[in-house]
Amino acid sequence: MAKPTTPRPSRAKPKPAIPAGADHNRPRPDAPVDYKASKEELLEFYRQMVLIRRFEEKAGQLYGLGFIGGFCHLYIGQEAVAVGIQSALEPGKDSVITGYRDHGHMLAYGIDPKLIMAELTGREAGISKGKGGSMHMFSVDHKFYGGHGIVGAQVSLGAGLGFAHKYRGDGGVCVAYFGDGAANQGQVYESFNMAELWKLPIIFVIENNQYAMGTSVNRSSAEDQLYRRGESFRIPGLQVNGMDVLAVRGATEEALKWVKDGNGPILLEMKTYRYRGHSMSDPAKYRSREEVQEVREKSDPIEGAKKHLEAAGISEEELKKIDQDIRKIVSDAADFAESSPEPDLDELYTDVLVEQY
Amino acid sequence: MGIEIKMPALSPTMEEGTLAKWLVKEGDEVRSGDILAEIETDKATMEFEAVDEGTIGKIVVPEGTEGVKVGTVIAEMAGEDGESAETAPKAEESAPPARPEAAPDAPKKAESGTAKLATQAKATIADPDLPQGTEYLKTTVREALRDAMAEEMRADERVFVMGEEVAEYQGAYKVTQGLLEEFGDKRVIDTPITEYGFAGIGAGAAMGGLKPIVEFMTFNFAMQAIDHIINSAAKTNYMSGGQMRCPIVFRGPNGAASRVGAQHSQNYGPWYASVPGLIVIAPYDAADAKGLLKAAIRSDDPVVFLENELVYGRSFDVPKVDDYVLPIGKARIVREGKDVTLVSYSIGVGVALEAAEALAGEGIEAEVVDLRTLRPLDTATVLESLKKTNRLVVVEEGWPTCSIASEIAAVVMEQGFDDLDAPVLRVTNEDVPLPYAANLEKAALIDAGRVVQAVRKVCYKS
Repeated sequence: MAKPTTPRPSRAKPKPAIPAGADHNRPRPDAPVDYKASKEELLEFYRQMVLIRRFEEKAGQLYGLGFIGGFCHLYIGQEAVAVGIQSALEPGKDSVITGYRDHGHMLAYGIDPKLIMAELTGREAGISKGKGGSMHMFSVDHKFYGGHGIVGAQVSLGAGLGFAHKYRGDGGVCVAYFGDGAANQGQVYESFNMAELWKLPIIFVIENNQYAMGTSVNRSSAEDQLYRRGESFRIPGLQVNGMDVLAVRGATEEALKWVKDGNGPILLEMKTYRYRGHSMSDPAKYRSREEVQEVREKSDPIEGAKKHLEAAGISEEELKKIDQDIRKIVSDAADFAESSPEPDLDELYTDVLVEQY
Repeated sequence: MGIEIKMPALSPTMEEGTLAKWLVKEGDEVRSGDILAEIETDKATMEFEAVDEGTIGKIVVPEGTEGVKVGTVIAEMAGEDGESAETAPKAEESAPPARPEAAPDAPKKAESGTAKLATQAKATIADPDLPQGTEYLKTTVREALRDAMAEEMRADERVFVMGEEVAEYQGAYKVTQGLLEEFGDKRVIDTPITEYGFAGIGAGAAMGGLKPIVEFMTFNFAMQAIDHIINSAAKTNYMSGGQMRCPIVFRGPNGAASRVGAQHSQNYGPWYASVPGLIVIAPYDAADAKGLLKAAIRSDDPVVFLENELVYGRSFDVPKVDDYVLPIGKARIVREGKDVTLVSYSIGVGVALEAAEALAGEGIEAEVVDLRTLRPLDTATVLESLKKTNRLVVVEEGWPTCSIASEIAAVVMEQGFDDLDAPVLRVTNEDVPLPYAANLEKAALIDAGRVVQAVRKVCYKS
């Protein structure tokens, strides 16, 4: 269950975030503070989170209708993580990589929903020409490097993207997202070691949605406080309320500062929750309806943002207008994805290799 | 009775070395652990320590002598009783190290089964694309690979090399010797022993626009990293609809080495060659190693580049041209013949060439095709040769099941059936993990004799 565990320090003087048992003599990032968003920024966060939610709901429907096949992992409940983090990045400079639950990250990076939905339905117009599917989508133009189906692989690959930023000296930072399940993969720690050894500009983001498929964090992780997982590599970690977009953005600001100051990598544990099953075929019998319901009622990221917006004087009318716009965008994307043609059969043989030999 | 000091083997593959320097002289007292001499192998200069105590009686092989075979008596030492070993027969300096010194009942030095793979056989046909009068330089495969990397690193800032011991140690097999000095530690990077992790970092760096060369100390260890080679590197271009490339070279020694046992002796050629999205190259000689590694580094596709430790130290002629790049996916006829086609790659080419020489003595002219690239496979060259000879034997230092040999046999059956006058035969290693015991290792590996037998069979002469 999602527990907002981020400390709320006084604004006067940020204190370093030191986890229990950590080495106090090492420099540490400051404890993050919630981001002070302008009204426009807040509206944009809200808009993006609603877009992701409506998009994913539609994807779920299309799956049920047979338009989408295979595996399809929905991001519903976790919207604040991708939106909060990616709003802090510099488009065209910083890079992002994630696992197979990737639709939300792509939408948060401003990639056209039509291209994503058409990929889900396996159409020629899809972002991977229909050859990748839900788990394998990329947009090199947006510096979004996938979309990887092997749990944990994106962490090493992300360290490689960080390596490339440093090698070129382009000032970019890589954000590598992975889940609480991937956090137990061996290669994650191989990458932590090299990332810190070589001071790579990378933010490791654990999206702890509490369940690795059907296995809860407590049943799979000897150290379930995942933000501490970098400590033995001297990578500092911050635990963040991943259901609050402002907390996420605030922590990202701190992480970016840490990395850009040349301190090497940092780890953010985003405590979040997925409302749906692991994939479309998961009945989610490993948790109770009440548990899900409680998170929805108490911690929903969109409802949380709505409260901030109301406090900022945004009217219900305005929010309704946003909701309507988004429903239109999503239904257009779905129409496009349903009506676009499948890839030409010749596409079977293209893109296997880049060159001709 | 005195003690004979013999040229030691200082690595699994060392057959001979240079006695670089004596650190003792005749009449010196030595104690166990004293350093007697410096010996240069093809990989490094090693110190040679005394095991026994006594007085150096006679230095048999003077310092500066090159090509001293392992086992040659290099000095004699009087034992503790002061008796010298002068009465023992001496090795003739110029003669090969016959070992009559050993008493008949002494256990003989175990010879690795890989010795029979290490032929001196070379191609009898020059690269037809080179102009007449091209000069050649004697170059080891090791140097050729290093030169290829250095030339490409000079030409393209994006190229870098990473792996275990590639920088400060100068390469576990000395293939990256000198690169750190020339290019610095930004581009020649020592990694921790974490193949999965650094293969992933390499693949990610390639996706991010760089051109990594990832060295595996041997391809046996790449098993830890095979997920990134296949799932990350090979499939990305396809899965992204051609958007995201992964121009990376995974290279290192592959196949059997000497007496290192099953976990360190395997040919992964067929494994990688079965994966769409990869280029797989496995050269034999130094010129191909250089020209194809340069091509591999330039390619926009992920390349698995399979070298062989047993040929690293062998010298071949490499054309002295400015930018020697060879085409990927083209086999090469390394010996012409009309009676039978021998198809091979990597170290097997040497075995095939040796067999071809032996067969010539029996009046059978074998044509030898070096595949060089295993994916994409140059089936046209194989089928063309078959048309001429009507008989085909595949020679592969690797297992028989689901091998390159199996693939060639299938292709020939599908596309060259009418040209066959006999079934295609496969000469491969035995279908067992490679054993350690010298006699078993020898029995497990291919050799020219087996190739000759197979050829006689397809020529109906056995």
